[in-house]
Order: sequence, then C-alpha cells, then structure tokens
Amino acid sequence: MKQFRIFVKKEWLHIWRDKRTLFILIWMPVIQILLYGFALTNEVKNSNMVVFDQAKDEASRSIAEKISSSRYFSLYKNINSWKEIEATFRQGKIRLAVVFPRNFRYDLLHGNHAQIQLIADSSDPNTANMLSNYAAVIINDYQEAINENQKLPYTIKVQVRMRYNPELKGAYNFVPGVMALVLMLVCTMMTAIAIVKEKEIGTMEVILVSPLKPFRIIIAKTIPYLVVSMLNIISILLISVYALDVPIAGSLWLLMAESILFTITSLSVGILISNTAKTQQTAMFTAMMSLFLPTLLFSGFLFPVENMPLPLQLIANVVPSRWYFIIVKDVMIKGLGFAAVWKETLILIGMTTTLLGISIYKFKIRL
Amino acid sequence: MKAIVVENIIKRYKAQKVEVTALDGISLSVDQGEIFGIIGPDGAGKTSLFRILTTLLLADSGYATVDGFDVVKDYKKIRRKVGYMPGRFSLYPDLTVQENLEFFAAIFNTTIKENYELIKEIYSQIEPFKDRRAGQLSGGMKQKLALSCALIHKPSVLFLDEPTTGVDAVSRKEFWEMLHRLKVQGITILVSTAYMDEATLCDRVGLIQKGILLSVNTPKGVISAFRSSLWAIRANEMYALMETIKADPAVKSCYPFGQYHHVTFNKKEQIEEHLNRIVKNGSFTGVEMFPIQANIEDCFMALMSN
Repeated sequence: MKQFRIFVKKEWLHIWRDKRTLFILIWMPVIQILLYGFALTNEVKNSNMVVFDQAKDEASRSIAEKISSSRYFSLYKNINSWKEIEATFRQGKIRLAVVFPRNFRYDLLHGNHAQIQLIADSSDPNTANMLSNYAAVIINDYQEAINENQKLPYTIKVQVRMRYNPELKGAYNFVPGVMALVLMLVCTMMTAIAIVKEKEIGTMEVILVSPLKPFRIIIAKTIPYLVVSMLNIISILLISVYALDVPIAGSLWLLMAESILFTITSLSVGILISNTAKTQQTAMFTAMMSLFLPTLLFSGFLFPVENMPLPLQLIANVVPSRWYFIIVKDVMIKGLGFAAVWKETLILIGMTTTLLGISIYKFKIRL
Repeated sequence: MKAIVVENIIKRYKAQKVEVTALDGISLSVDQGEIFGIIGPDGAGKTSLFRILTTLLLADSGYATVDGFDVVKDYKKIRRKVGYMPGRFSLYPDLTVQENLEFFAAIFNTTIKENYELIKEIYSQIEPFKDRRAGQLSGGMKQKLALSCALIHKPSVLFLDEPTTGVDAVSRKEFWEMLHRLKVQGITILVSTAYMDEATLCDRVGLIQKGILLSVNTPKGVISAFRSSLWAIRANEMYALMETIKADPAVKSCYPFGQYHHVTFNKKEQIEEHLNRIVKNGSFTGVEMFPIQANIEDCFMALMSN
C-alpha cells in the first residue's frame, strides 16, 4: 500500500512542480469553454437590418420600432430608396430589410389588407429563414394587438410551449456539448503523455526492474490527474451557470458524479494512447486527432446522431462524449434523476473498465 | 550456485531493414560476490547484454540465469532481487535527491532507514544536497544518487551499465572504491565500461567486441597472456612516424598511447635493428625509444586487432 501511495505522491509532484503545465491544465478548459460557449452558437442575436418606410405613419413606425427593439434585431439605419437597400445588402452590412408601402396604415384600416415586404439575405438559408420568421412573429403580435377586441370567425390558435428551454437559448444545447468536448480533450491529453514520458526520460527502464505491477502503475498515474480534472469540472460548471446563464436544473451531486465518471473514461483513453505511443509528441498528436473531430462530430451537439446514416451512428456509439452529452442534457438541463440516465452511466462504466483493462493488458513489461 | 550464467545468447535488431547482430553467441558465468567487468567499445553489445540479464529484453536464442532464476520465466523474481543502473541517467530530474531515494525504496517495499547502512558511505556524500532536484546535480553526484537508488533494496546482484561514462577522474576513482566496499558486503557486481584502464579494478574481465566475447580472464591473466614484445617510441614528427612504422613489414601493430606510440612486432628478434632502420630512413628527430611492459590496454588492443 505504501508502494502505491508513494507512487501517487511522485506523480503528484511531477504535476505540481511543472507549474507551467499545471497552469495550462487549469486555465485551458476555462478559456475553451468561454471561447466555444460564445463562439460555437447558431443563435441569431442583434442582426443588423434596415427599414425603408414609405408610409411614415403611426402603424409603420410602431411595427418598425417593435422589430428593432427585439433582441434579434438592431436597426442599422433608416433608408429612403430601393437602390439603397440593394447597396447595403451588397456591402454585407445587413441581413434583413423591412419595407412599408405608401399608405400602409390606411390600407390596413380601410382596405383590410396591408402589405409589408421582408427582404432577407439568404446566402445563409437557415439564418434568413429564422430572421424572417422572427420578424413575421413580431408583426403578427402587432396585428393581434389591434384586433384584440374584435372577434374573428373561425380561427385556430396554435399554442406552443418550449419545454426545458422556454427562451430557446442556444447555450442550453451548447454547454453540455462543450463540457463533453473540453473535459474529453483536457483529460485525455493529461494522461496521454504520462507513461510515454517515463519511457522518454529513461525512468521506465528502472521502474520495470522492480516489483511494481503494471496495474498499480496505471492506476497511480491516473489518480493525481483525476484531482486536476475535478478542479476543471468545478470551473466549467461555475462558468456554465454564471457566465453562460445555464442553470443546473437537476441534482448537482449527480452531475458531479457523472462528470467524474466521464473524466475517468477520458483519462483511461489517454492512458491507452500513452501506453502505445513511442514519443510524447506522437501521444499528443494522437490524442488531438483521434478525439477532437470525433467528439465534435459524433457527440450529437452539432449534428443530431439520429439523423446520421447507420454506419456513422454505430461509430458515434463508441465515442464516450456522446453518452456524457446525453447525461448532462438530462441532468443539467431537463433536471432528470439517475433513473433517466442509468443506461448511459452503465455504458460509460463499461467503456472505462474496458479501456483500463486493455491498458493493463497491453502494458509492456519489457522494453 | 553462480550468480550469473549466460549461455550462447544471441540478440539481433532490425534497424531500417538491415539486421544488426548485437550479441553473437555470448557465454560467461559470474561467481557470487565477484566484480565482473564487461569491457568494450561503444556499440559492442554491452547494453544489450545488460538488458537481457535485467529481464528488459528477450534474447533471440540462448539461455541465462540471474541468482539461479531464468531471465524469461522467472523475470518477476529477478526484478525483486537485482539492482540496475542504466547507462543513461534515469532518475526523476524534477524530484529532489531524497524524494528519488524514497521513491525507489518504496517501490521495493522497503525504507531508507532499513538499508541505510548499505548506502551510508555513498549517500552521506550527497546527503547535504538532499533537498536539491536531481536534475541540478553534477555528473558525479548524479551517479552516486543513481547507485544509492539501485542499492536501496539490498540487491543480491548489481548491474551497472557504464556507470563512469562522463564522470571526472576523481569521481571515477571514488566510484570504484565504493564498488569494492559493496563487494565486501557480498553483492555480486556486473559492471560495463568503455575505459580499459578500469579493467584492472575488476576481479575478472570479459572483453567484448562486435557482440563477441574475446576473452574472459583475471586482469593479471590478461596481461600474462600477452606474448609479443612491446616498445614505446616517440619523435618530433609523431604523425609521420606512425605512418612509416605501420608501413614496415616487420611491424605487427602500432597505435598512439599518451605521448608515445606503442609498437609490436611479428618476431621477437632484432627489434632494435628494425626500429633504427625505420628512424634512419624517415630521418626523424628527437627520437626516444625503449622496451616496455604491456599494460592491460595493450593487451586489449592486441586482442581486438586479432
């Protein structure tokens, strides 16, 4: 037991004395989650738009104001000619133009039929669609407000409720994804160099000629990094709650426990890489290449796994972050309990034991 | 029981599709409590032999035991009992002297206190620096620490792969004195070196070259096996002298040795006449020559050139 304890202490000293690496290990996830959290988003906020108001009456002004004061849009400027619309689109300054015809209010009140034109830059079709929908909803709201006291015949009102995320915030989807991505990357990289480093500086040669068992070497190398990973989990959760405004709906302890399980899985992936790599550089490169893309593509937070062709779905199943992503979404966003995520938890436990088992089995007892 | 037995060990490596034979049928045996030196130039196969005996490498064929245990089958038992100091400094540079020693004591399930007597003489020299990181020690101190770490579990056989390479003359001398004190404790020591002068400090030496063991003998035995007569010669024109001597048909070998060239001849007779002829023909100046007793390096040079 003392043998094991002192090995853990030795590993801890390696981490603690290498201040620069420790600094990177602690701050990298913070910076990554901030970066990805704000950059990796498909939400449309504060899109620039112009208003070409030929009516300049009470109704047109009121609608234009409602649109530009919503959080989806911001008024770039008011313009006075068709030509100018074209020019601002070409400059790439705006995404949407709202055009009111002459006599807008008059037509609305007397002709019962008024028109508004929305012109969107659909070089990005998704955004164009979203923006025009947002604008249409705002215009509809206005219409309902003026019709408030009149009964319209035969209308069906659709009531939509957005559960778990009523404001349709993108962060609710991205935070779990980014958590999976960042934890996976950082934890795997930490252990990826752990064993191969001893091979490089030659100490592996000495500790092999000793009664140390491969199983103990591997476990002892994982434990100190687990401590660092816990710090990472805490900082990531703090940023999620306070900087990205994603509250923890479910049990904090369950979320922590699941996160620790996932970091152990990631650390095991790193150990396996470290076991087979010849140099620290190959180990780092393998960790980066084999994890970054699969995690990004197959976790399900950028592209839903259900929509992928079957072979890709099968690949996605062996990506650990995919299961963690589901767990975090269920526990953190939907507030579900362990009963909802036991299957995913079991899969992660299975993956971890398999990875550690392979590492111990493949551990080279000779040079 | 012999401490180390090596029988017909062959080890080959594949290096970029070319097969290199590192050990070509080596056999030797080392008695308990003996200091056995493996002497040979770089690339002779010393490290491969050490790694096979410390169970780190598998031989392609042949058989070896350490302390009576087979190096392949009983590798776990051997790993518990031997001490190994690789040629390259292999401690943790970011741990202090004491932390390194504590670590190696702990992985062998022992403590510094338990075996302090054994390492006392060596460790006491570096103990004043026990809080210094191992990476910041001088070459000699690193070797002393590495030796302490290899000894801390009281091994029955100690493997030292080129322990004095890159260490200054004074530290080298000290190091060998320590080995002799360990020998008194009954520890078998297999040590390799590229410095031929260290051979006289071993009980027996084996000369290895290109994976072949040339001779195994006591240092005295090696010297007495030297048959030819040996002369030392110098002149003001050292390089030209060497060329001329080598070209002479009566000469067997000539190599630089300190300030002189050492020359051996094919026959024992008329050596002085031969040398006088060479000096005269080359019109060398400041010539000085005399017969000398062969030392161990001359013997190795002779063995290696055969």
